[in-house]
Amino acid sequence: MGFLKKIVVSGRGLVVALPYLWLLLFFVAPFLIVLKISFSDVDLAIPPYKPLLEWTAKNAVAVKLNFNNYAFLFTDELYLKAFINSIKVALVSTVLCLLIGYPMAYGIARSRPVTRNILLLLVILPFWTSLLLRVYAWIGLLKANGVINNILMSVGLIHEPLVMLYTQFAMYVGIVYSYLPFFILPLYANLEKMDWQLLEAAQDLGCKPYQAFYKITLPLSRNGILAGSMLVFIPAVGEFVIPALLGGPNALMIGRILWDEFFSNRAWPVASAVAILMLIMLVPFMMWYQSVQARESAGSR
Amino acid sequence: MPLRGFGRNLRRANSGVAISAGSVAKPTPWNDPTARAYVQLEHVSKSFGDFKAVDDISLKIYQGEIFCLLGASGCGKTTLLRMLGGFEKPSAGRILIDGEDMTGVPPYLRPVNMMFQSYALFPHMNVEQNVAFGLKQDGVGKAEIKDRVATMLDLVKLGEFAKRKPHQLSGGQRQRVALARSLVKRPKLLLLDEPLGALDKKLREHTQFELISLQDKLGVTFVVVTHDQEEAMTLASRIGVMDHGEIVQAGTPSEIYEFPSSKFVADFVGSVNIFEGKLIEDAPEYVRIASHELDAVIYVSHGISAAPDAIIWVAVRPEKILMSTEAPGGTENVVRGTVQDIAYLGDLSIYLVKLPTGKIVRVTQPNTSRHAETITWEQKVYLSWNSSSPVVVTR
Amino acid sequence: MNERRSFFVITCLAFGFAFLYIPILSMVVFSFNASKLVTVWDSVNSPTLKWYHVLFSNEEILDAAWISLRVAVVNASGAVVLGTLAGFGLARFEQFRGRFTLNAMTTAPLVMPEVITGLSLLLLFVALEETIGWPAGRGITTMTIGHMTFSMAYATVVVQSRLASFDTALEEAAMDLGARPLKVFFVITLPIIFPAILSGWLLAFTLSWDDLVISSFTSGPGSSTLPMVVFSKVRLGVSPEINVLATLTIGVVTLMIVGVSLWMARANRLAKAI
Repeated sequence: MGFLKKIVVSGRGLVVALPYLWLLLFFVAPFLIVLKISFSDVDLAIPPYKPLLEWTAKNAVAVKLNFNNYAFLFTDELYLKAFINSIKVALVSTVLCLLIGYPMAYGIARSRPVTRNILLLLVILPFWTSLLLRVYAWIGLLKANGVINNILMSVGLIHEPLVMLYTQFAMYVGIVYSYLPFFILPLYANLEKMDWQLLEAAQDLGCKPYQAFYKITLPLSRNGILAGSMLVFIPAVGEFVIPALLGGPNALMIGRILWDEFFSNRAWPVASAVAILMLIMLVPFMMWYQSVQARESAGSR
Repeated sequence: MPLRGFGRNLRRANSGVAISAGSVAKPTPWNDPTARAYVQLEHVSKSFGDFKAVDDISLKIYQGEIFCLLGASGCGKTTLLRMLGGFEKPSAGRILIDGEDMTGVPPYLRPVNMMFQSYALFPHMNVEQNVAFGLKQDGVGKAEIKDRVATMLDLVKLGEFAKRKPHQLSGGQRQRVALARSLVKRPKLLLLDEPLGALDKKLREHTQFELISLQDKLGVTFVVVTHDQEEAMTLASRIGVMDHGEIVQAGTPSEIYEFPSSKFVADFVGSVNIFEGKLIEDAPEYVRIASHELDAVIYVSHGISAAPDAIIWVAVRPEKILMSTEAPGGTENVVRGTVQDIAYLGDLSIYLVKLPTGKIVRVTQPNTSRHAETITWEQKVYLSWNSSSPVVVTR
Repeated sequence: MNERRSFFVITCLAFGFAFLYIPILSMVVFSFNASKLVTVWDSVNSPTLKWYHVLFSNEEILDAAWISLRVAVVNASGAVVLGTLAGFGLARFEQFRGRFTLNAMTTAPLVMPEVITGLSLLLLFVALEETIGWPAGRGITTMTIGHMTFSMAYATVVVQSRLASFDTALEEAAMDLGARPLKVFFVITLPIIFPAILSGWLLAFTLSWDDLVISSFTSGPGSSTLPMVVFSKVRLGVSPEINVLATLTIGVVTLMIVGVSLWMARANRLAKAI
């Protein structure tokens, strides 16, 4: 108990103990429970799963691990497809965010301080307004008699409304739109620390501006790009709201599958198994993100 | 390198004020109207909005020179340097380098390299890669790059640090990497922005001489921006003193120090006592000036050109004032005062002497003997100076 | 630094911001549309405040908003306390046992897909109820705990990054003048990082107010939050009242953000003046 004693005695220990214990209880411990339930059977009871530990006739505890849920996930093509599709969608969205977000972050970082603050505010503002409402806005824009179709038809570019809502396209638009600020902000934070004189030095040594960008800016903003990409990619893999609202009924996203298994099918163990598989897939990326963050803050010191 | 030793000759040209006419073997280019200017600025101006950073500067810099732009921050010296490098475009005027008009040429096409104040070393590349960067841009062959980089690193004594990243180097080493990186391309002109500003005093002094010998070896023309007058005096073949976007005086270090053309230059370069006064006698060989600040008459043994009634100023350097406890002969160029403060600096001491008029005069005396003079606080002293020492300025 | 942006970069900025703001502006415009066909502009009767009246007489939405508000306020206050403690520990204590874990635990919720966090929290609450009888059922309490868990991570980041740029000489000076560490924290550190704490609070509030997924998992019967009601309405198609709700949200957020950043800019200037 030496460790505990030390914590209580030193004021420092007390400072971190509260958030530490909180996160241990409400963030880490639940994953163990999810893991446990992913190994149990579906039951029609409340809660709808069978306990792992059972008192056997001989008054001993028997652990009944079953891998049925996992086996089920791997045999049903639907889940595999959903996993692959989720990764594909998240990857493409991340690349799109990079293509749109990099020039924006760069432009903001190279503006005068006053302009920079205003532009930054404009990036942050949508981030503070409800994601749900902003995704909803795209329904109004994309649907058959929505704003975009109405405009295109009224100027005579098309004669029949384009089918955009409930498609893969709408889902990409929604994800990129929602996650763009998450990409821009860490990248901006990185670019803002850039010593722009390095670009002058590169030009002085014979680089054309685009060469200087490619040889100096891009490699030096690597950590910003990585941090932004992780902030888009990881949550996008498990995204539920956007596919549910904008994607078609066949938009197979793993977050949506988990939701449906849980709420519609009440298959808690299956949902748990889905969550565990998703976690196994995403944890390496999260650790990568953390190490990138650590490098960033070490670099800025 | 056909110019070997040329820089040193140019610098020697100003190593003493009193060069007798016969001893100069070759006239310095700036005194030779037929000499060809290597860098030529013609009526160059640069404005940022309403602010005129550089105001109609015309200047000639000759091959092999170390030309120092000296001035306080905000005087426009860095803007001028950046225009030479191609980082700023002049609002008006032309810049010629080696006879070619470079006014609109971007930095990556100029035969000019710059050593940045922050050094601007690429943090993601090691020393070798930093130095090789410019050569790679020019498409120089691999073997030649390797060779030239190695030679250059040896020259700046960094051979063993080739694989280090900039953050693993000391300040002095970084400075040398930056220098090597900008010199390896053999530029026609090297621009140095406060090259030694980030180094501590001891290292700075040492590096100044290293920089001179390197320049001497390579024969590259240097333009140096600095706010440190000591650095400018040490490095320069000529100094251009800048104020409010203009070059107020350009000349060799000794010309600038001994014959400042204005109160500003006299005060900016070194310390000086300035006495306001009016001409009372104006002859071709001498003048007499009455100064109310001294309550005495100043006799200057050279003629000046000033309007009879105009207010003029007499500048006397502190080291050119003699201090004694007994009255020196004569009545002109002599004042009495009380020692108000003394600062002992080791090699010399500074005395602040208060005159009856209230004017404080600064006097420095070398501490030639270990047992210091007996002059002490509150003592009455006589101050006097040679009639050739004062410089009279009219602005 | 001078402004040096190429034509390309400026074009990208323009398109990027158009992309970010056209959807938002369309909601604002159509909130004043009289037509029930939300996206078809009824030029005869518009603009109108009709849907504003409809929204404010919708009991379901008002009830949900009241629940959301209560959860968000409690959540933000709790999250900011936990986040300040964690942020302070991470920024100031160079080495302590569990530092790595604490850092990981405060970073992970930022990227963790919400469905996973939501599911795991629910399963925890169910398991806790089974074993120790608390929390009895799910509702506002469980939702608040859930929100606090992920929003404290954001508060931690905000406080931590503010402390990273904090001149520790100020604290040392206070200690030099005789203040004990705890007193230094309350008299020197806390007032200076207050803007960060405030933005942490606002961020935690917003995250909670907007959250759909974690609320859906951790709420119980009769404790539907505003996003949950909106989601069920939106799933059935567009509805004019939602445009109104969005417009009000955007208005409040804009006022708040602009106000806070003006105030913070002033506080920063003051801090620099010290």
